[in-house]
Amino acid sequence: MTWIPNWLHRLASPPVFHGFADRLTPWLALASAVLLGYGLVGGLALAPADYQQGEGFRIIYVHVPAAWMSLFVYSFMAGAAVVTLIWRIKLAECVLTSCAPVGASFTALALVSGMLWGKPMWGTYWTWDARLTSELILLFLYLGVGGLQQAIGDPRAAARACALLAVVGFVNVPIVHYSVEWWNTLHQGPTITKFDKPSIAPSMLWPLLSMALGFTTFFGYVLLQRVQNELLWRERGNPWVRETLA
Amino acid sequence: MQAFAAVLARELRLAARRRAEWALPLVFYAIVATLFALGASPNAPWLKVAGPSILWVGALLAALLSLERLFRGDYEDGTLEQLFVSPQPVSLLVAAKLLAQWMIIGLPLTLMAPLLGVGFGMGTGVIGVLILSLLLGMPALVLTAGFASALVVGLPRTGVLLPVLVLPLVCPVVIFGAGAVRAAETGVPADAPLYFLGAIAVLCVCGVPLAAAAALKNALD
Repeated sequence: MTWIPNWLHRLASPPVFHGFADRLTPWLALASAVLLGYGLVGGLALAPADYQQGEGFRIIYVHVPAAWMSLFVYSFMAGAAVVTLIWRIKLAECVLTSCAPVGASFTALALVSGMLWGKPMWGTYWTWDARLTSELILLFLYLGVGGLQQAIGDPRAAARACALLAVVGFVNVPIVHYSVEWWNTLHQGPTITKFDKPSIAPSMLWPLLSMALGFTTFFGYVLLQRVQNELLWRERGNPWVRETLA
Repeated sequence: MQAFAAVLARELRLAARRRAEWALPLVFYAIVATLFALGASPNAPWLKVAGPSILWVGALLAALLSLERLFRGDYEDGTLEQLFVSPQPVSLLVAAKLLAQWMIIGLPLTLMAPLLGVGFGMGTGVIGVLILSLLLGMPALVLTAGFASALVVGLPRTGVLLPVLVLPLVCPVVIFGAGAVRAAETGVPADAPLYFLGAIAVLCVCGVPLAAAAALKNALD
């Protein structure tokens, strides 16, 4: 089984990764289109309206996957940060710095869609509820990583500083979450984490899962493209870039 | 241990010779608290309610503003590089600097808070909890802020970046710190948030010197 580490080693080299990403992105784009297409049609048209929340519940199909992704991307970024700090792989640095803006967008999307949902359901756009607040703080953490990266000129030093910040932030996220939870909560309880019997009808659940998977593949698609751009920019003096772009 | 004491003594001596370093944050703290009172109608009842929050955030901002002194001067005159070439572990020396920063900035702010607390109509018991919460919380604030300033040490202009990095990280400290004071004000036992503050402080004391040393090393590379 030594081919797996070998393959990973080769993949960490920028030109190999660039070619790999070139081959992978069309498939990710296709998967995202199919999954998001099914999820949107199934969620917005086919699924029945909720008996309590009416048509308004349909925003779940954007809100919940976005909120999941906001946490997933942060964990992913922290993973890349650990790799950056330990092995100093250039590719991991690019992944790390590319994650921050994407994650911030997902977090902002979760916040905005949540606010739009909150107005009809709770009667207010914003309330200082635990999950809303910790999501907002998560957005600030993302923006901090982005700001730090912009501020430091040398890309490698910037990436390592961001990696340290991301790791410290990752340790901090659960503390923030539970301290805020302890502080106040109003948000409805989780609907889907109960694996044996979700408190949601299957006709509503399948489009949601499809949307969640679609968001993930879409993240992969966007991330690969961003990492490709970052690699091309960083290696702009190298011959492989000229050959690739020629 | 000797090196630790030497760094600590050097920091304290420097601060003793430049009194503005520890005195100005206190003035800043008092001004911020006063401005909050001026922003409200005179003796508005909500000021008493908002007191814990104002005093905590004011202390946080005052501690943030004085971060400049922590690594900047040492970075510019080369002292920081000397720390790195010394045989002692850098995290230990950084810990000494952070301890000094707490003694120079954190402790005076902690002692200043009760005076302002009287202005916000706090009783004796509440003020006791305020001092306790700041004693436990201020080390965590100073340490976290020290880590962030280590990240940006080589940059020509940090301005508003530093608060943007620090403030989200210290949310729990503010929640538990102000929460303890609020609990005391409503007559509920304040032990639980104080314990949480203590736990966060211990976590920071163990982890931050290592992280800050790594950040400094990155900035010096």
